[in-house]
Amino acid sequence: MPIRAETRNGVCHLAIEGEMTIYAAAELKSELVPHLAEPRIEIDLSGVSEMDSSGLQLLILAKREALQHGRILNLTGHSKAVLDVLDICNMAAYFGDPLIISSHA
Amino acid sequence: MSINIDQALQTFIAEARELLEDMENSLLQLESTPEDAEIIGAIFRAAHTIKGSAGLFGLDQVVGFTHIVENVLDRVRDASIRIEGDLVALLLECRDHMTELVNVIAEQGEQLDEAALGREQFLRKRLQAYQGVQAGHAAVVVEPEIESSGASMEGPDNWHLSLRFDREILKNGMDPISFFRYLGTLGEIISIVTLPDALPPVDEMDAELCYLGFEVNFKSDADKNTIASVFDFVRENSSIRILPPHSKVAEFIDLIRTLPEDEKRLGDILVSIGALTRQELDEGLAAQKNPKADGSTAPLGEILVGQRSVEQEVVQAALEKQSQARESKNKENRYVRVQADKLDELINLVGELVIAGAGANLLAQRSNDSSLQEATSTMSRLVEEIRDGALKLRMVPIGDTFSRFQRVVRDVSKELGKDIDLVISGAETELDKTVVEKIGDPLMHLVRNAMDHGIESAEKRLAAGKPAKGTLKLNAYHDSGSIAIEISDDGGGLNRDRILQKGLERGLVQPNQTLTDQEIYNLIFEAGFSTAEAVTNLSGRGVGMDVVKRNIVALRGTVDLESTAGLGTTIRIRLPLTLAIIDGFLVGVEKSSYVVPLDMVLECVELTESERQGMKERSYLNLRGEVLPLVPLRTHFEIEGSHAKRENVVVVQYAGQKAGLVVDELLGEFQTVIKPLGKLFSNLRGISGSTILGTGEVALILDVPSLVQQAEHAEQS
Repeated sequence: MPIRAETRNGVCHLAIEGEMTIYAAAELKSELVPHLAEPRIEIDLSGVSEMDSSGLQLLILAKREALQHGRILNLTGHSKAVLDVLDICNMAAYFGDPLIISSHA
Repeated sequence: MSINIDQALQTFIAEARELLEDMENSLLQLESTPEDAEIIGAIFRAAHTIKGSAGLFGLDQVVGFTHIVENVLDRVRDASIRIEGDLVALLLECRDHMTELVNVIAEQGEQLDEAALGREQFLRKRLQAYQGVQAGHAAVVVEPEIESSGASMEGPDNWHLSLRFDREILKNGMDPISFFRYLGTLGEIISIVTLPDALPPVDEMDAELCYLGFEVNFKSDADKNTIASVFDFVRENSSIRILPPHSKVAEFIDLIRTLPEDEKRLGDILVSIGALTRQELDEGLAAQKNPKADGSTAPLGEILVGQRSVEQEVVQAALEKQSQARESKNKENRYVRVQADKLDELINLVGELVIAGAGANLLAQRSNDSSLQEATSTMSRLVEEIRDGALKLRMVPIGDTFSRFQRVVRDVSKELGKDIDLVISGAETELDKTVVEKIGDPLMHLVRNAMDHGIESAEKRLAAGKPAKGTLKLNAYHDSGSIAIEISDDGGGLNRDRILQKGLERGLVQPNQTLTDQEIYNLIFEAGFSTAEAVTNLSGRGVGMDVVKRNIVALRGTVDLESTAGLGTTIRIRLPLTLAIIDGFLVGVEKSSYVVPLDMVLECVELTESERQGMKERSYLNLRGEVLPLVPLRTHFEIEGSHAKRENVVVVQYAGQKAGLVVDELLGEFQTVIKPLGKLFSNLRGISGSTILGTGEVALILDVPSLVQQAEHAEQS
């Protein structure tokens, strides 16, 4: 169960654990999609150990879905792996979340 | 395609045909100078322009095929592939196919036939071999590196990578992000734009497929092969486009067009990552959409060149090009197409005018009315000018006929497996249009013959200490009233003994006959004569040379042949410059008048009494220490009557040989309208035609070549 979900104060908190790679992509998507209808979503990425394009793609999908329907989706607690990918693909601005600026080795 | 083919399309077709013609010439030139960047550039531009304009008309078939050709040319241009014979041959075939495609458009609605489609498939396959690194494996198209020559058309300083990966890439265990990590080791990724545009709606999205596209601005000193090799392992179906630093704006625009995403959005992205400036982008896209005001269509590349106004050098080049185009257009406009028969009619009338003028002149002289004489002499001067002008209308340079042989030589030498160069000289030599038309076929035969039989195989040549590459020369020059056309090869020469033996076999030579080398060589012009051991596709069937000779004789020309064993053969064709009117020199014997073509007259000498006595014993004259064979016209034409009190010698020259025609009277220059002799007289020797004098009398035109030959012969025997 890579996604933990709980709703607090009308905000759907999702926490993704483990890797967001092609190996988990299909499962992640199926777990993520039911939550996308929530008006406010916050995804905690602190537990993401690894991320590839498929993971990024899922996040983009979620964000686009939210934007299209006027919902709010925030990413929080980006792990190093996530930051790395957002940095490489220059996607931080797309999600528009505050990031902890890494020294980026 | 609409039935009503509009004017712009016609312009495109005409332009495309011209470009294809240029392309062929350039390709042929390229064979001899493979390193010439200018020629390569010209070929590339031709293909590029055709593609561009075809695109404007939505001629997908042309665009599709030309695009592949252009890609290969691109790689030639940036020297990633070298020009060699096979490639030129392939490109020539591609050119032919493009011509066919254009023809199909011109014929409206016609479809390519099966054979042509098959050819296209075959060509595409062969082109693929040149197309890119690992062609057919990963579709990695490496864009050409433009040599940055000063200020010319510099794009951004960085590489631009445009990546649309195979959807399946993730399933295959590869991650685009890992490519970027690896790229980071080759240089610095200045910026990346990730394009999620292709991402489908939630329900349709398969999380295991890759929908992301990337535009990367990359700074690196690595060469493009190194960069391209990063993507080597990406399976086909990926679209990897790599634009090197300083790529032309046109190439970015091209890129924008070929990528699946919306043009405007992509343009914005390119601007945002610094590949293009906003202005460049807007102008490029706008210009591409608006055809030029005058209705003609300008290829995108040219528009962009024209619009890069900041770069003086480029603007200059563009302006030059434009003015050149204008100039050539003006040149075209200066020509008036006239039907050939109208021209012939005019020449005929001028001929009649000359005769009538001569008549009037004669009457004026008899009348002793000096003012009338003055009037007629002015008139005859004008008539002469009209005559010259009218005849010049029909004169065309032989160069066009010659240059047709470039391709012939190229193709035939390929067919024969020989390496043969064609050297053309005297292309500007002019001759009568009718002659040019009729000389094409005989020339073709002689050229093929020279290549097939004249020039030996490379091994034989090397063994004989000659360069492996054979040379075939076409030369033309004016020579005393005629034009000489030479076809020479540096092959093995004619085999004198074989020809003689064959001549004996065929009964053309009697066993006890002694022949000069010249006469033996000339045997090959006899009907049914062939010494070729193997009858090839090209020649050697023995139906050739006699037909050639007949054609040339029909034009009042001659053909002769020089050959040196081991060194080569030269065939020289001499033709009269014109077939209608000549400047003649009128001479009289007894009551008859004869015309000698003035161009062949060298000088006139009066015979002294002692020389006249000497003539009875010998038929030659000591002309300033030179032996001059004489032809007494009185005896030649068996004119009866007593010898005149005085005799003159007209020294004539033909083909480097001189002879003296002994006549009674020198009557002066005379404009001669050549009237052909009837069939009845076709076997007369020494007479080539007739003309009508002002008095209405008929004068015979002397056939100087045959008289000279006769004199030569008489002297030798």
